[in-house]
Amino acid sequence: MNPQTVEPRMKARIALSVNDQPHELLVPVHKTLLEVLREDLGLTGTKHGCELGECGTCTVLVDGEPVLSCLALPVELEGRRITTVEGLAEGGRLHPLQQAFAELGAAQCGYCTPGVLLTAQALLAAEALPPRDRIREALAGNLCRCTGYTKILDAVELAALRLSRGARAGAGR
Amino acid sequence: MTGETRYADDLVLPRMAHAKLLRSSHAHARIRGIDTTRARALPGVLAVITGADLPRVRFGILPVSQDEEALCTEKVRMVGDAVAAVAAVDEETAEQACRLIDVAWEPLPALMSIEESLAHPEVRIHEYGDGPNVHKSVALQFGDVEAAFARADLVREDTFYYEGSTHLPLEQHAAVAHWGPDGKLTLWSSTQTPHYVHRLLAKILDVPAAHVRVVAAPVGGGFGGKLDPFAHEIAACHLSRLTGRPVKIALTREEVFYVHRGRHPVLMWLKTGFTRQGDITGCHIKTWLDGGAYGSYGVASTFYTGVINPVSYKMPVYKFEGARIFTNKPPCGPKRGHGTPQPRFALEVQLDRAAEQLGLDPAAMRRRIVTEPFTKTANHLTVTTTGLAECIDRVVEASGWRTKWRGWRAGEAPSEKKRGVGLACSAYMTGAGTAIYWNAMPHSGVVLRADRSGAVALLCGATDIGQGSDSILASFAAEVLGIALKDVHVHPADTTLTPVDLGSYSSRVTLMCGMATIQAAERLRGAIFEAVAKKLEVAPGALVARGGRVGVPEDWDTAVPFAQAVELGEAMHGVLAFPGSYAPPRRAGKYKGGGVGPSPCYSYTASVVDLSVDEETGEIELHDVWIAHDVGRALNPLLVEGQVEGSVYMGIGEALMEEQVFRKGLHKTPSMLDYKSPTTLETPDIHTILVETDDPEGPFGAKEAGQGPLLPIMPAIANAVYHAVGVRIDEVPITPDKILRALEARRRGKPARVGPEKLPLFAFKEPVVVESAFGQPADAVVVRPFQAERLA
Amino acid sequence: MMRLPPFTYVAARTLAEAAAALAEHGADAMLVAGGTDLYPNMKRRQFEPKVLVGLRGIRELAGVRGSAREGLTLGAGTTLAAVAAHREIVTHYPALATAAGLVSSPQLRNMGTLGGNVCVDTRCNYYNQSFEWRRAIGFCMKKDGDVCLVAPGSPRCWAVSSSDTAPALVSLGAAVRLVGGGGERTVPLAALYHDDGIEYLAKRRDEIVTDILLPPVDGWRSAYLKLRRRGSFDFPVLGVAVAARLEGAVVRDARIVLGAVASRPRLAEKAAAALVGRRLTPELIAAVAELAAGPSKPLDNTDFTHPYRKKVTRVFVARALRALGGLGDAGRAVEAIA
Ligand SMILES: Cc1cc2nc3c(=O)[nH]c(=O)nc-3n(C[C@H](O)[C@H](O)[C@H](O)COP(=O)(O)OP(=O)(O)OC[C@H]3O[C@@H](n4cnc5c(N)ncnc54)[C@H](O)[C@@H]3O)c2cc1C
Ligand code: FES
Ligand code: FES
Repeated sequence: MNPQTVEPRMKARIALSVNDQPHELLVPVHKTLLEVLREDLGLTGTKHGCELGECGTCTVLVDGEPVLSCLALPVELEGRRITTVEGLAEGGRLHPLQQAFAELGAAQCGYCTPGVLLTAQALLAAEALPPRDRIREALAGNLCRCTGYTKILDAVELAALRLSRGARAGAGR
Repeated sequence: MTGETRYADDLVLPRMAHAKLLRSSHAHARIRGIDTTRARALPGVLAVITGADLPRVRFGILPVSQDEEALCTEKVRMVGDAVAAVAAVDEETAEQACRLIDVAWEPLPALMSIEESLAHPEVRIHEYGDGPNVHKSVALQFGDVEAAFARADLVREDTFYYEGSTHLPLEQHAAVAHWGPDGKLTLWSSTQTPHYVHRLLAKILDVPAAHVRVVAAPVGGGFGGKLDPFAHEIAACHLSRLTGRPVKIALTREEVFYVHRGRHPVLMWLKTGFTRQGDITGCHIKTWLDGGAYGSYGVASTFYTGVINPVSYKMPVYKFEGARIFTNKPPCGPKRGHGTPQPRFALEVQLDRAAEQLGLDPAAMRRRIVTEPFTKTANHLTVTTTGLAECIDRVVEASGWRTKWRGWRAGEAPSEKKRGVGLACSAYMTGAGTAIYWNAMPHSGVVLRADRSGAVALLCGATDIGQGSDSILASFAAEVLGIALKDVHVHPADTTLTPVDLGSYSSRVTLMCGMATIQAAERLRGAIFEAVAKKLEVAPGALVARGGRVGVPEDWDTAVPFAQAVELGEAMHGVLAFPGSYAPPRRAGKYKGGGVGPSPCYSYTASVVDLSVDEETGEIELHDVWIAHDVGRALNPLLVEGQVEGSVYMGIGEALMEEQVFRKGLHKTPSMLDYKSPTTLETPDIHTILVETDDPEGPFGAKEAGQGPLLPIMPAIANAVYHAVGVRIDEVPITPDKILRALEARRRGKPARVGPEKLPLFAFKEPVVVESAFGQPADAVVVRPFQAERLA
Repeated sequence: MMRLPPFTYVAARTLAEAAAALAEHGADAMLVAGGTDLYPNMKRRQFEPKVLVGLRGIRELAGVRGSAREGLTLGAGTTLAAVAAHREIVTHYPALATAAGLVSSPQLRNMGTLGGNVCVDTRCNYYNQSFEWRRAIGFCMKKDGDVCLVAPGSPRCWAVSSSDTAPALVSLGAAVRLVGGGGERTVPLAALYHDDGIEYLAKRRDEIVTDILLPPVDGWRSAYLKLRRRGSFDFPVLGVAVAARLEGAVVRDARIVLGAVASRPRLAEKAAAALVGRRLTPELIAAVAELAAGPSKPLDNTDFTHPYRKKVTRVFVARALRALGGLGDAGRAVEAIA
């Protein structure tokens, strides 16, 4: 019952695409994506609050869909596109969501923010101008203990508005 | 925001080892022996320590409660007490090694409630205190309450219970310790109080404080949960000393529940006399706090359950008796609102009941009895400005109270969902008036150094725990110096670099560091003005600093760019580095215990909650929360609103679902899933209204905003539930189960109430009797220590 | 950080490969689909398999086939998000779409599968705790110990069936296809469960759930109501699935299934029988709700008190029936009705 010895840890060679960068890794199979991102790739922007699927802090995107990195195994993610918060800003410019979060004070301690941003980005990719209740539902898997969510919802609405205006302006050109 | 902020657990140092603690699996037990042989033999283990390896000192955050050991040596007092620590090449190995440590326990009876602890004086959790298992007992009386009750038209006695809850910061505590080959120790930690950790580490590890450096990493949520020195910090330091490597330790969520220091469960009895018009003739409160296994901030917490209530409403005479009881549970401490939400809940629900009995509108009744500005309370606290009346008016207006609150109704025909509104108010401190250890030094210090580039470095011992204090302080400096916010660089909380700040607690940072920043900036500006005046051949008093330049307004073309002004200043004075200091006005009441409660100024809040109750399931749905907060002056309205909204959120959690409860000696729900914290779906729209009173005590008139707004939420919800379905839930959390039970009781002809039925048999000590200071005029601005030169 | 114990991972590409791996490693091996149930449990050392057989790469398990008219076949690997959003399911099997859409959080629904959901481990708040916590209180019979901490004298384990989709599927008359060493078989989903907290699945270890089969919709309406503290994250502490076939106001056939009140989805057969051939009136609904609450025997091992869960059983059954009969406001707990 009490594990007495360290078990031999099987390592696997894994090819991961993170923020559009390919990585070749040799890691123990039982390491979760969360651990590999933070400990092997140095991408500590992905945070964690429980490691059991109960808070949403560790959310990353896999092929554009929000998933929990604390319950995902890298061996199962070969060939998939993984996006972390570090991959959100483009070319040194803040993503419109990040911009709106900064302007409206939607991040207080900032610990839930990476997961919230990615979840919101997936929502806006699927739905240009989601109503507030839809944003609430989409973010229902991301706990925040600081903000009371109000400013977060405001910021997602603001970013959505700007993105859709930008898209329309772009289309008009 | 971009993932670049480096919290403690994000730090990686070369050769870093990883540590884990072995924690007690008994709620109360003597330690007969600890055998670490098997753990040491595990490959990859670098060091294993027990309490025997540490200097034999007991510590605690308050000088009067030195009752903790980093690693327990003789006995453990709760499940989760640390008894040994392991450093290993990785976290998994350290964890495995912990499971290989053999402890011989001699279990002792576990006391898991106030009642059990008082019923079993023969079992002692600690040897010290004000009686068997009584940590602290206090009794204060200001005027003759019995006479006040005799004068009253209505006297109410009610009992309430407030369940414990925890901070649940999203970031789990973590620390990295590095004891360098030069014999100096550096600790990076998610702490809200690097200064106290610094002082205590030196004592606990028996090293000169001069060789210890504590750096507060950005904190991923504090709320008062990262305000004590913790076993994991101490163990990491010692393990680093032994292994010669940096050592990281990161708590699991379950361990964070054991570290706790959260809201005290409090049982309360409240007796208040009212006149027919709704005036209070006098008030008497008794509180019993379930303190958990250690002292922590508990003495202060005990006082706070009694001393702040009189700040909001006129209470000519006042009596308070409180006792904190030890139990074999994680220690309670200073969660957001520290000790004040519990008695506030009792008072505001009782006011609601009194209003009904007197046939008064509960909003109008409160409006009538708010305290007068610049007067003293019965217990000698100084009310400076108060915007409570305006707060009430504003929420009444915004919420449509007059149409929604349709008067006091007796039961209506049953329908599935009933709507109701409730109102409550509160007052809170803007920074505690006294330090944890008595001294005459500043509570906050700041150093400003101007660079020839025109940049200004702001060195400040405070940590930004999410309240945005860094940017507020920078904005103060920028405002005084007339430069852009971006030109101010804040260097927070590093004990070798920054002046002392007592910590990010009791909403003191904006005020105290803010005042120190303003002082330093004014001094810096003075030196610069002197030099620029000489060059422009004008009087320094004719100069202004704005838009990045210094000059005479009438002759702005000759104004000097700030960078050049700094050069002129440096040429005249040498390096331009100026300190600012702040200590609160010395206003402590001149009686024993008078040091807890005074604050430079108080913030005020009023809130209206609109909700529905499902009469069949007891489920509550919140529709809207209106909250008006007297913040003195809203320097950065977005940040203030954020603090208010966050407080409301936490209040909703405490009101409806959060509870730290135990079963068979163990925490029942030590996880994010089972300890319920509201999601976006339970959090309604929060409508924040900021009220300004421009307090002479605050920086640019500002008061706190991060704690007070939590307080009215629980009673406002309780009052709204009553308004909706006519049942009184006299305890939090207000769960659907309790609502159904109260409705059933009513159906059976019993009182429609769920709440405590009995009170402990407990003899409080004789009260310290002091004359009531109620209504005495208080000075507008007193001369503050270190601020003599400042013009009001 | 909570971490997984070490294991060997077999990424199966076909059912045959998966079956072979299971056969080879016997009791040391476990299947994993989305991992959203298994991985947290492994981190708490409730399971310590030496070998994990991953089902993700198996094409045969993906996708939804068929139509409401002739019946739907749902691959076990279909994610809950896909089930909840599937047009045909939303319109014709609303109890299932609702149940799938109410599982945990959006992220978990993107990861968790239907197959994993019907096989999800039973839960108990003495059991879903860390290794250290369980050691402190004394291990229970479900893992590492030999007593039941909820009902100390009991010879059996009372852990609670906590799947949202299982009661919905049982109410819809779903069947399940299993493939194992012994070949393939299809059984009613109700027959997949035992009322035992440990041996809650009536299938052999080497059997893989490949498909969930929904019968032709054939006039059945359905609804699912879930009780939990929060609108997200939380497992059901009571699930009520009701399906009925009505002709006008007369009930021709009905099934009432209770989730999270026993170690298996519990059929309230007497209550359902009392509906058949009768008009769905408020009086009948009240009587049937009372009958249905009979088999609801929650114990004190989940969130909320068990007397409360029992009381709400009655309310939810009545509300679900009212919704099916189109009898007015059913309360906010009813998320979707056909
Ligand atoms: C925080 C949290 C909240 C949750 N809330 C809910 C909830 O509200 N409602 C709910 O129903 N569930 C909930 N879950 C549990 C879980 O997420 C879901 O049940 C999910 O559907 C499981 O699917 P999976 O594919 O991830 O299963 P896995 O974790 O991969 O597997 C679960 C079990 O099923 C077995 N299994 C998986 N696929 C097959 C197959 N094809 N054949 C045979 N055996 C198989 C596995 O061996 C394992 O024993 C929650 C989980 C977490 C962590
Ligand atoms: S860390 Fe909490 S869900 Fe992953
Ligand atoms: S900003 Fe702190 S948890 Fe969300």
